[in-house]
Amino acid sequence: MLLSMEFDIKAGDFVLAGEASSKIKDALKKLGVKPEILKKVAIISYEAEMNIVIHSVGGVLKAIISKDKIEIIAEDRGPGIENIELAMMEGYSTAPEEIRNLGFGAGMGLPNMKKYSDHFEIESQKGTGTRVYMVVFNK
Amino acid sequence: MPFNLHSIMLDREKCRGCTNCIKKCPTEAIRVRSSKARIIDQRCIDCGECIRTCPYHAKYAVTNSLDDIKKYEYKVALPAPSFYAQFETDDINKLLHALLEIGFDDIFEVAKAAEIVTEFTKEFISKKRDKRPIISSACPAVVRLIQTKFPDLIDNILPLASPMEVAAHLAKKRINRQKGIEIDRIGAFFISPCAAKMTYVNLPLGFERSYVDGVIAIKDIYGLVRSKLKSMNDVEPISISSGKGIGWAASGGESLALGIDEYVNVDGIHNVIKVLEEIENGRLNNIVYFEGLACSGGCVGGPLTVENPYVAKNRIKKWSSKLADKAQILEENTRKIVNDLGIKMEDLLFRKELEANPVLELDSDIEEAMKKYERVNEILKILPGLDCGACGSPTCKTLAEDIVRGLANDTDCIFILRENIKELANKMVELSNKLPPSLERDEE
Repeated sequence: MLLSMEFDIKAGDFVLAGEASSKIKDALKKLGVKPEILKKVAIISYEAEMNIVIHSVGGVLKAIISKDKIEIIAEDRGPGIENIELAMMEGYSTAPEEIRNLGFGAGMGLPNMKKYSDHFEIESQKGTGTRVYMVVFNK
Repeated sequence: MPFNLHSIMLDREKCRGCTNCIKKCPTEAIRVRSSKARIIDQRCIDCGECIRTCPYHAKYAVTNSLDDIKKYEYKVALPAPSFYAQFETDDINKLLHALLEIGFDDIFEVAKAAEIVTEFTKEFISKKRDKRPIISSACPAVVRLIQTKFPDLIDNILPLASPMEVAAHLAKKRINRQKGIEIDRIGAFFISPCAAKMTYVNLPLGFERSYVDGVIAIKDIYGLVRSKLKSMNDVEPISISSGKGIGWAASGGESLALGIDEYVNVDGIHNVIKVLEEIENGRLNNIVYFEGLACSGGCVGGPLTVENPYVAKNRIKKWSSKLADKAQILEENTRKIVNDLGIKMEDLLFRKELEANPVLELDSDIEEAMKKYERVNEILKILPGLDCGACGSPTCKTLAEDIVRGLANDTDCIFILRENIKELANKMVELSNKLPPSLERDEE
């Protein structure tokens, strides 16, 4: 059995930001997922959501929950990542000044997503968008 | 949580079955059934929010009476720092003497214990550098909130006994040494601003047993202490607390005493929830210490206090600065107690692991829980989403969950009931137009 959730994420909306990952967390708590699994998913889904808010022109955050694993998929539209290797480095950020002033865009998003997921894939096309696929095994 | 261990109770006579309390409960622990509020024991964290919200004063906290102290041969009062802020007085010693006059034999200031906890917290923080932020365990309602709603943050909780517990522990040790009285003949009573502390004594967090024997509400002895204060003149000084310990009464005082910059202090249970959400998202990893207090303003805003919390907070501030010039002597006092009684940080560490409280789970089997979760969402689509509370559940979402758990029906929703009645009425009209064949006439 699968439980899928999908959320539209608006770009630049810092008021609503975090709501989708909050709902995913809430579902995991209702499902009785173990605390250590919950912690990992909480961080990766929040970071993925924030990345869409900060860096894209909008996108979707999906969660597919099954007995064995939790998949988090973040797909956004434009502008894409020019250099993925660089983007994966801790502290590297392309976030503009005003977003850094809000306490976001410290360049830890992608590295954290990789660190806290058991499986991590990223594809990006300059000008088209970015897709991040993450798995946390539920064991 | 087992039954009868909670301190928050309902006066059925006074309860009108309104929905004020169910709306404010942070763990959705209250339902209205048969015109009366009902607290779900397993969900209640004893934060006292319902006591504060009830317009009919139907919620109350069960605490010990002053008479209960008579069961013990030697009675020691453990006044909470917030106790100092309840009265207009120029001398804390007068307050402590007033406690002696109402029946206690001895005092151990919880503010002093708070200073000791502060020292050991510093030690803990310097040893455990990987956990960020460390979450204060001083407020039992916040600890239970984490066990219930934020199980993934249990690991972040500071595994140190709270000042109340430390005060009771040290008081008994000291009295036993000084006077040779056996520990079980000493009764240690916390003079409390808060209901959650009573629950803590019944069901300690991090320990099998509490050293505290009872909890007396500040409001219950307020009048008595006040009248004793009036006639109190110069008294022998017995207070050994510094502003740092007394400061714990108000939100932020605990963090301030730690002397670190990277802390966040939050008061009010709903605000605490918001910040815990952020901690969960990994947003506060650069913060070393998180002080969350369930009551607005901190312990001075506790449901068992009397004085206006803002006035009380100001008094705490005044006491803290008034005692600042004695800081060094008072700090030496702290060290002396710790050395004399031979207390190490390890003695105050939790002996029992904190466990997650699984009441939010829809089912213990994940596949079953997933099915139920989907059903909740289906039911939610039918419900009006007004969160009116008329069904007795705080929100439509909670009603949907209650239905799936088998604790409620969809017709508990007055809108669905109305729809059903409308359908039924239409059917009745339709039926009433039908005649038995014997009476039917051919239309010509």
